[in-house]
Amino acid sequence: MVLQSVKNCLWLPCVLRTPKACFWSTAGGGLIIQSVSNDVYQNLAVEDWIHDHMDLEKQQVLFLWRNSPAVVIGRHQNPWQECNLRLLRQKNIKLARRRSGGGTVYHDLGNINLTFFTTRKKYERMENLKLVVKALKALRPQLDVHVTDRYDILLDRQYKISGTAAKLGRTSAYHHCTLLCNADKFVLSSVLKSPFKGLKSNATPSVPALVKNLLEDDPSLTSEMLLDAIAKEYAMQHQIDHHITLINPADEILLPGISDKTKELQTWEWVYGKTPKFSISTGLNMVYKDSVLDVKVNMDVKHGRIEDCNIDLPEQWLPPGLYSELVKGLTGSKFCPNEITALVTTLLRVCPQDDELHSRWSLLCENMIRLM
Amino acid sequence: VCIHRVRSCSSIRFIKSKYVCVFDKSAFKFSHQQRLFRTSAVSCGQIVQFKLSDIGEGITEVTVKEWYVKEGDSVSQFDSICEVQSDKASVTITSRYDGIIRKLHYSIDDTAFVGKPLVDIEIDASKGVASEEDVVETPPMSHEEHTHQEIKGHKTLATPAVRRLAMENNIKLSEVVGTGKDNRILKEDILNYLAKQTGAILPPSPKAEIVPPQQRAEAVPAAPKDKARKIPVPVSRPIAFAGKDKTEPVTGFQKAMVKTMSAALKIPHFGYSDEIDLTQLVQLREELKPVAEMRGVKLSFMPFFIKAASLGLLQYPILNASLDENCQNVTYKASHNIGVAMDTEQGLIVPNVKNVQVCSVFDIAVELNRLQSLGSAGQLGTSDLTGGTFTLSNIGTIGGTYAKPVILPPEVAIGAFGKIQVLPRFNSKGEVVKAQIMNVSWSADHRIIDGATMARFSNLWKSYLENPTSMLLDLK
Repeated sequence: MVLQSVKNCLWLPCVLRTPKACFWSTAGGGLIIQSVSNDVYQNLAVEDWIHDHMDLEKQQVLFLWRNSPAVVIGRHQNPWQECNLRLLRQKNIKLARRRSGGGTVYHDLGNINLTFFTTRKKYERMENLKLVVKALKALRPQLDVHVTDRYDILLDRQYKISGTAAKLGRTSAYHHCTLLCNADKFVLSSVLKSPFKGLKSNATPSVPALVKNLLEDDPSLTSEMLLDAIAKEYAMQHQIDHHITLINPADEILLPGISDKTKELQTWEWVYGKTPKFSISTGLNMVYKDSVLDVKVNMDVKHGRIEDCNIDLPEQWLPPGLYSELVKGLTGSKFCPNEITALVTTLLRVCPQDDELHSRWSLLCENMIRLM
Repeated sequence: VCIHRVRSCSSIRFIKSKYVCVFDKSAFKFSHQQRLFRTSAVSCGQIVQFKLSDIGEGITEVTVKEWYVKEGDSVSQFDSICEVQSDKASVTITSRYDGIIRKLHYSIDDTAFVGKPLVDIEIDASKGVASEEDVVETPPMSHEEHTHQEIKGHKTLATPAVRRLAMENNIKLSEVVGTGKDNRILKEDILNYLAKQTGAILPPSPKAEIVPPQQRAEAVPAAPKDKARKIPVPVSRPIAFAGKDKTEPVTGFQKAMVKTMSAALKIPHFGYSDEIDLTQLVQLREELKPVAEMRGVKLSFMPFFIKAASLGLLQYPILNASLDENCQNVTYKASHNIGVAMDTEQGLIVPNVKNVQVCSVFDIAVELNRLQSLGSAGQLGTSDLTGGTFTLSNIGTIGGTYAKPVILPPEVAIGAFGKIQVLPRFNSKGEVVKAQIMNVSWSADHRIIDGATMARFSNLWKSYLENPTSMLLDLK
């Protein structure tokens, strides 16, 4: 009644011959599917796959998914601006860039994601959000939830429990939103705060908001209950069976080409390289031998790579030949701590073997790498 | 849907919009649009102003976020032209025509308006005609295969570029499964089909390539030396591949490598190789592996190789030295910071284990585990990567027997190990026995190291490893 997993082998022959409309066909104009995976890249790849390959003319699709801890930035955002990358790496939280627009969100298992797939013509976000609110109210009538005209869902008139984003293609479109059930608010607020100062960019900025978990208002709720309630409402509105089909995003036979999509979402070129051009103008405070040096650094970063770079060091602090080697090496490199560490440590091999020089070089490089 | 092409090269003609060549029915929507007609003798195409279509939800303006094309690029129908954003929605605008982009009406971050021109596309009528002629000339394929394209009642969508590729390789489009939008056949589908036909394995697509670091951090093997090593499948290219050369600038880490290796060239290298019988060491490691695992550490052969090297360096400290730029002074380094070559996504990086002279084999194993996991995660710090005095490279985990390693300045020596092979050897009684044999190849700086020193060091190192119990006598 609640969740049923159906491994329907009858679908497979259908898939191989005409990998289009006829598979997953149910009676009625809708289909509800849920991912068995908690991997943010696999789940985003499923969205891409459905968007690219499914014919949504005859049936619309609702996709339910949850992720293990991850930060998801919008298509045109700047990860350095949106989150604390060092904290993410320390805590092993994944970073993903989705294909839809909008702002940055934090996902963990206490957050549910809903994606509404329709044809381009039937794209209608308000209706979807109203469906979610209706489902919530049907489950717990006393919940004070409503949809704003910014496509957020607010709890108790002030706390954001859901954010929205959308992707429109030539023939199909999807609208997805989050829903905070029981997410870790402490981690959320600390990773979504960027320590970066002096960053100038035209990337889409996120609008920070006060958040609250639905479970704070009603501890008897669980993520499963919420998923089920929303599926029930969707089924009612589309006049289909209240039946959730589980899918495995690693299934290459059911979803041919999905592993390539998953891989692409994990590449550096996609996650970081798609950042719109930005520039950094900041100062490094370096403590060197009882004095503090204020070193100004200016860099332009395009496609995630350093296009132009200038470090304002005191005269002769580094031999000029070495300084120009550093700048030459940085130019064209990825704005990425791993690559720059490899670069600067390799350059150290070909400069004069002088302890003083080495310690200055290490100090400067470590401070710079910390920016990334 | 029949395709009408208009030859208008030499004359200026007023063409009724409904005859203009487009593939889908939506073309008729454009019959009311204004068209600009080019009258130059050079190009035969006509310029169409492609307008930004309705986004829905009453949206009238959007921000242009990314261009996928630039002026002069040729596009096919359904190719992506740009990405625009409006109020949390990201929209991919695709081309309705085949042609050449002649003008982009907006720059990045500009506001674009629905209903106003987005790009100007020159529809090249003559090109379209040429492709039909190609179909006639290719004998094995019937003309019908390519122009009618009916598969079991479904129409096959494929861009002219893809069709040309199929034709060049004598492929029937009806036999190719399309994985693009609306079942379109993409270039990848043709290539996959080709690969199946020739039995070749296609090279991985350049942009989506990730090699998982675990497979490539080869310098510290866990168990691959024994049996379950992956044999790389040779990549052979399919026949008749319409590929193009690709030139990329040398940037970042690669640039640094160029510099280092160029400096290494200035060092006069000499090589010295030998064969080591690791039979006893293999047995010892098998015994010690579970002990180490109980302590939470993976024990490979490298900790033994590293410790034996350090014991050797105590006797031959000149191999742990550094020559200054002018070759005036030799500095004998006190610490044995032994570098371990690691293959990562960036390329070759060499973190080092510090002060091996005061570490036990177990300490070295712990440190190697730490460096390996940091290396795979791409989180090695500058201190891990600097200060090395001597380097070892376990290329044998990937394969090979003999090598000619290049010394990493400012060091003066380096060793490379091949794979361990089970080979027949004579024992002291003259009997043929199974022996675990590995080859080592050393390179040293001939300005301050001579062959005899290298040979003696190698012999000492070899004796420690062939009789591991002898290490007990000299362990500090």
